Amino acid sequence: MRPKFFTTLFGILMLFPFIWMISSSLKNSVEAFATPPTLFPKAPTLENYRNVFRALDMPRLFFNSFAVSVVCVFMQLTSSALAGYAFARLNFRGKNAIFLIYLATMMIPFQVIIVPLFIEMRHFGLIDSFLGLGLPMIASAFGVFLMRQAMLAIPRELEEAAILDGASHFRLFFSIALPLCIPTLAALTILSFMSVWNAYLWPLVVIFSPEKMTLPLALSNLHGENLTDWPMVMAATTLAALPIAIIYLVLQKQIAQSFLTAGLKG
Amino acid sequence: MLAAGVLSFTSWDLLSPPEWIGFNNFKELISDRDFLNSLRNTLVFIAGYLPLVYFLGLAAALALNRKFKGSLALRAAYFLPVVTSWVIVALLWKWILNPNGGLVNSALSAIGIQGPGWWTSKNWSMISVIVPSAWKDLGYVMLILLAGLQAIPPEYKEAASIDGASKRQILFRITLPLLTPATFFVLVVSLINNFQVFDQIWIMTTGGPEGSTSVVVQQIVKNSFEYGHMGYASAMSMVLFLIIMIITAVQIRLQKRWVNYE
Repeated sequence: MRPKFFTTLFGILMLFPFIWMISSSLKNSVEAFATPPTLFPKAPTLENYRNVFRALDMPRLFFNSFAVSVVCVFMQLTSSALAGYAFARLNFRGKNAIFLIYLATMMIPFQVIIVPLFIEMRHFGLIDSFLGLGLPMIASAFGVFLMRQAMLAIPRELEEAAILDGASHFRLFFSIALPLCIPTLAALTILSFMSVWNAYLWPLVVIFSPEKMTLPLALSNLHGENLTDWPMVMAATTLAALPIAIIYLVLQKQIAQSFLTAGLKG
Repeated sequence: MLAAGVLSFTSWDLLSPPEWIGFNNFKELISDRDFLNSLRNTLVFIAGYLPLVYFLGLAAALALNRKFKGSLALRAAYFLPVVTSWVIVALLWKWILNPNGGLVNSALSAIGIQGPGWWTSKNWSMISVIVPSAWKDLGYVMLILLAGLQAIPPEYKEAASIDGASKRQILFRITLPLLTPATFFVLVVSLINNFQVFDQIWIMTTGGPEGSTSVVVQQIVKNSFEYGHMGYASAMSMVLFLIIMIITAVQIRLQKRWVNYE
């Protein structure tokens, strides 16, 4: 009984920052700073939300984040599935060596390559562009690894009949390998969507124009050095947190599963 | 990666062509106070963060391992911060820990205590970034450990309790030893990730006050994108990469000593 009580209490404590975020976002600037703090706003107001829409072009930011995420996720899935199939099913010279290089790049933190990557993008004239923002995120060594493992797990017998019928590798890929990897593809979709949607460091160094910013970047620019309108910032973070929170509540099981897939195979 | 390796031996400000200077960048690093300070801060951060997130995550996993009414909802509550972006988490906690009018200090002053300056004070800034980080990652640690717990065959515990083992004995003699593979995984991943800690610190303190929360990645970003010392920043990232590689390799080497694979 007692552990249950404590876990519940602690669970409420875990949720409390979110509750506080929403509560603060509904307060006027006097009540937000009041002592003692109030949990339920005495005079709830939507003024902060109106201010967010005045300060930031929210529809544009949502659109930017969403567009970049969808395109990058789609590219990541395509490149990972194709490369994964090649590593699992094709025989070509240097396959193992190339795969090892892929594995090694998985160990390299993004921060380590950020400087050369920036220089490369600058060389191509892609600084402050969506292409420069998205390009480093369209391929993922981790995705390739995950897809390779999934495709290795497919029994060869399933393909042999098709090979006897003279099916090409493209046929095999699209009608056998891909359909059987749907659970892994789903896990990869969730993970890469979250990582692109939440990305901060790379957008921070590569994007300067407000109209090209993604949601996290614009949010972090919202708070100034000294004068921060905290209730408004909380309204903005509430809005930004909503989509992912809703997706999480709907896909709770699948999301937990994809984190595990990533963990246990990685 | 290779480019970073080559660049680390050059001096380059992006305007004039890179100039080969051999090991000079690395020599300079050894005596660079800011860099050494950031390295130390990164270690302090990890030393505070890792035990906090691991033991709380373990407690949550042990408590939520059985099903009871509301246990799934609780798991969701613990996991929600994991899917929330760092920017949101950092801004939210910056407001909660705001010295004036933030939740914590308002609550403290309501009971007559003058709260500290949190992220504005150089004594409290590190703790102000550690707590939100642990809060965000706790659910992930819990998830991995829960999976580890569920992989333990129930027969072991049953046999032990028939033999008259106490709950405590079962926990320390059976559950925890069999949980070592999951623990190992958490350790490796957390160390790799947190040597690269940046987002939350950048937003909450920008490394301040007085460099008290400045971390390695922040030095890389500052040197490359503020000062334009591309070669020098690359040398820093190579050092960071080497540290991560060595620590991971040592852990893999040492795992035989304490990780139990069935």
